Order: sequence, then C-alpha cells, then structure tokens
Amino acid sequence: MHEAPLILGGKRVADVTADVCGPIERGPTGRWRRAFAAAVALLLLGVVAVGYQIAVGIGTWGLDRTVGWAFDITNFVFWVGIGHAGTLISAVLLLFRQKWRTSINRSAEAMTIFAVCCAGIFPVIHMGRPWLAFWVFPYPNERGPLWVNFRSPLLWDVFAIGTYFTISLVFWYIGLIPDLATLRDRASGLKRRLYGWFALGFSGSARTWSRYETACTLLAALATPLVVSVHSVVSTDFATSVIPGWHATIFPPYFVIGAVFSGFAMVLTLMLIARRVMRFEAYITPRHVEAMCKVLVFTGSIVGLAYLTELFTAWYSGNPYERFTFLNRAFGPSGWCYWVMVACNVITPQLLWFRRIRTDLRLVFVVTLLINVGMWFERFVIIVTSLERDFLTSAWTSYQPTLVEYATLAGSFGLFFTLFLLFCRWLPMIAMAEVKTVLPSQDHGHELVSDGLTAPAAASAPLPAALPLAGAGR
Amino acid sequence: MSRRLHLGIFTDAHALVAAARACRSRGIPIRDAYTPHPVHGLDEAMALRPSRLPIACFVGGLAGLVAALAFQYWASAQDWPIDVGGKPFHSWPAFVPVAFELMVLCAGLLTALLLLVRSRLLPGAASVAPCERVSDDRYALVVEERDARLPADAIAALLAEHGAIERRELPSATETEDAP
Repeated sequence: MHEAPLILGGKRVADVTADVCGPIERGPTGRWRRAFAAAVALLLLGVVAVGYQIAVGIGTWGLDRTVGWAFDITNFVFWVGIGHAGTLISAVLLLFRQKWRTSINRSAEAMTIFAVCCAGIFPVIHMGRPWLAFWVFPYPNERGPLWVNFRSPLLWDVFAIGTYFTISLVFWYIGLIPDLATLRDRASGLKRRLYGWFALGFSGSARTWSRYETACTLLAALATPLVVSVHSVVSTDFATSVIPGWHATIFPPYFVIGAVFSGFAMVLTLMLIARRVMRFEAYITPRHVEAMCKVLVFTGSIVGLAYLTELFTAWYSGNPYERFTFLNRAFGPSGWCYWVMVACNVITPQLLWFRRIRTDLRLVFVVTLLINVGMWFERFVIIVTSLERDFLTSAWTSYQPTLVEYATLAGSFGLFFTLFLLFCRWLPMIAMAEVKTVLPSQDHGHELVSDGLTAPAAASAPLPAALPLAGAGR
Repeated sequence: MSRRLHLGIFTDAHALVAAARACRSRGIPIRDAYTPHPVHGLDEAMALRPSRLPIACFVGGLAGLVAALAFQYWASAQDWPIDVGGKPFHSWPAFVPVAFELMVLCAGLLTALLLLVRSRLLPGAASVAPCERVSDDRYALVVEERDARLPADAIAALLAEHGAIERRELPSATETEDAP
C-alpha cells in the first residue's frame, strides 16, 4: 500500500536546512512581531496579577473554607496535561518508530517544557508565601531537621513534575544539538559564537551519531513511563482524599488519557498555526494532521468512556454522597460547565471519524480549540463541583472566580505563547537532522543498502554475468 | 608515526556507506565519517562497537532508586518517625512514586552527561568536522593511508569510484576524535 510521502515537494537534504533555518536567519516578520507583542501584553497582565496577589495575599482569589482549590489547581492540572503530548510524540512514537513524528516532535517537546513552566507557577503562588517554596524539598533544615512527608501525594508531585521537567529539557536539548551545529555553521559573528557555544562542538561524527542515537533511545525509554507516571501522581492529589467525586480508583488512567487528549489538541492547534505562519506546509502535511486527528478520536473516545464509567460507578456504589455529586455536576448550579465539558470532549472529537472533516484544516483547528476549552472545563468540573457541595449542607458555597484569577489564567497563556514565539524565532522548529532521515531519497536508497548491494556497485556489476548465475541456481 | 589522512566528500548517504564498506574491505582504516544526520548502516560499515551507554543508564537508575528508598526510609522511620494512628513508619508502598521518579531522573541525567563527555561535546568546544557543509547536505569520509601497497592515488581513485565529489589530503593534526 502506498502512502503519501511524509515530506512533500520533493525536498532534498539541502532544502530542509534552508527551509528550516531560513525563517530564523531572515529575522522576525511583521506577523511575528504583532503576535509577540500580544503575548507579552498578556504576560505582563499576569505578572501584575501575580504581583498583586503575592503582595495582598490569596484572599484576592474567590476561595473560601469550602472551596480551597479552584482556578489555581485547575490551571495547574490543565497545563501539566498539555505537556503530555510532547513527551508522547517524542518518546513513545520514537520507540514505536512512527516516522511522521519527525516533523512535529521538536515543537511538541518545546510545548511540553513551556506548559510545565506555566503549570509550575500555580502551586507556588497557591502557597501564599511563595518565597518559602523551597520548603517542599527535603533539605537539612533548622527545624529539626523536620523532613517533608514522603507519604503525601503533594510531595510526590514535586518529584514527578521536577523529574518530568528536567528529563524533558535534557531530551529536548540533546535533540537540538545537531541542529544548533547546523545554525552555527551557517552563521557568522556573535550568532556563530552563541550557537557554537550551545552546539558544544558537535561535528556530525559517525561515532558521535552512534552514541547519540543510543542515548536518544534510552531517554525515550525513560520518558515513556513518565508520560504515565506524571499525571497519575497528579491524580492522586485528588484520589487519595475522601471527597466524593475525587476518591476514585479510575483517576490515574482517566487523568493520563485526558492529558494526552488535551496535549494532542494543543499540539495540533500550534502546528496548524505554525505551518501557515512559518511556511512549513511541505513538512507538516495533511498526513500529519490526519495522524494526530486519529489520536484525538482514540483518546477522546476513552475520555468519553471514562465519564460514563464515573457515572456508572457513582450509581453502582450505592453511596448517596457519590450519587449526589454526579447529579450535582450535571444538574446543579455549575451544571453548564459539565455540559460544556461533555460537548467539547465527548461529542466534538467524534466528528474526526469523518475523513472530510479530518482533511479540512480549518475545521480541525476549530475542533482542537474546542477540545482545549473542554479539557480546561473538565478539570474545573472535577475540582470545583466536588468541593462546592460536599458532605455538610451547612458548608455549601458557590465559587466565583475573581478578576485576579482570570488575569492569572490569561497571564499563563501569555507566558506560554511568549516562550513559544521566542522558540520559533531563535531555534529550529523542525528537527532538521531527523527530517533528513525520512526524506523519500533516503528511504529509497536504504532498501538497496539493506539488500547488501551498494548502489554504485550494483550499477557497475556486469548484468549479463549475473543473469546466468541466477538461472543456474534455479 | 603520523599517518596521512584522506578526505572524500559525498553528496549522498548511500554513496558514503558504500565507500566506507569498500575502504574497509581493502584494508584501508576509516578514521571517521561526518554526516548531517544519523546514517543507517554506517555503524556496521565502519564496524563501530555498540555504545555502552545502556550500562550507564542502568547504573544511574539503580543508584537513584536505592538512594531514594534508603533516604525515605531513614527520614521517615529512623531520623524523625511520626506516629500517625499506629501506622507503620516504614510504609514502603508510599515511597514508590518518589523512588521511581528519582530512578528515572538519575538514569536520564547520567546517560545524557556521559553522552556529552564521551563524545567531547562540551561548551566552547570547536567542531572537528573537516568541512562545514557536513551539517547541511554533505557526507565526509576520512580514511588513513596505512601502507605503501595502498598509496594516496589508489585511495583517491577508490573514493572517486564511489562518487566523491571532492578529495584531498588532510593535515593529520586536525583529527582529534577519540577512538571507539
């Protein structure tokens, strides 16, 4: 069966270098400047909001004694989840030898790192006294030393997110080294020194490549369990408590699949913008978009199944508090959030079963935006509706986010897009060295090599002499 | 004894692999090859030994795992045990997540560090590639001239036969890449 080539337009090796380095070397376009200005403006709004709430205290949020976690933790879970697609694309798809990943893995990994940066802000500002954030680490202190509680999922989070961030960053940087060397060799002056410093003297030696490929496989194998472990640990923040709607064994897989779902939606959103703005239509092709859409249908269906399983478990448990929590989620005062979630996460991805929708990039873009919205609401529904109405009716409240909280959420998007735009401007968005290995010319020749025939030798072999030999063997 | 080094530059990865095989079959030692991307079959053509990084990865992971379990046990059961309703101090299942994360962290960091050190990839290091375009679209092969039976012109002819677009002798001092 013949599939469409991964890279369109009959690109040669030198074209890949020129196409990917071109936008970096030509300098920012007007469109980039406008987008960057907008992102920085949002970021500044967030900085002001965070500065204000640190100065005044988290009483500026809409929290009360009943609802102690709301926007902040929703945003934290949302951003950590976004990151998962980058790791899945770069690690799991590498191990499964899915070659289509080469066009998107660099930016997906960048997205992971920036999303985890955004996520990290929220638990820290939630502490109220963020200057004491280092207390989460087990260091020899003057309070005993009193160690951190290793039995607490909140502490597991520190280690899970810390490891996730570090390994993702290392993996990303190792992947960048060959491409930084390419940029170094094309640049001059200060840029050459800067790219050269970060390229670490990479020369493309076969001995280095051999070790490099081994190291990348190992890092992928290490990052793969991280895809599963990080959001599982995040889910235990909820699942180990006794709040109805949180205390569920389904939470780890439910959170992991939701994370992959939301992350792929975000990757697709970014890629659809990038291919237009950066002129990467030949590299991020409809085939890549379709492959990602199929992942969205698959993970979206599992998310839908998880919602049904939650409802079934609540009914089957016979526990009145569990039953009430789910009725309240769907029909209580915050019921509209639940239906936004169902519409965006369960119904919308099912549209991608249709090839006509999968191949219409504008429709796919709208679908991915809706999924991003839906996944944010999913976390909001899980966290807030469970807390608003728990065991004691006398403690019930209604949570209302404040302007400061909205501004902080907007600011996290500002940070994300600022970092992403800086990445587009200064670093190669497409992993050149990897894309060069999947060009059609490379595939064709590879077959010859694996047959034990070297191309020139095969061409120069006397054909008439070979034919009788083949005949004699029969 | 200083050996003379010969450089052949190719425009195609398959030609490079073919040339590397031909050189090895004639007994011409290959010093190194420089390519813009990992080339399938080149390890084999150059008879490179597989990397030992997996051992480092395993050792790093084991060290992280043991250190994390030991520290959690010491902190929670030895140094400052806290009685929570008579629950065991050494509650090892609760220590699994942190131990797992530190295992992955140490394994990954050690692998990455040894990759860089072993390949001499250090900040400020200069590239030893004999031609800058190997980071773009050229494939370079550097071979040694070992004995009189294979003189320079025979090597040049062999490289040309496999499609080298450029051949020249290298000053041997520029070659600093380590042995496998």
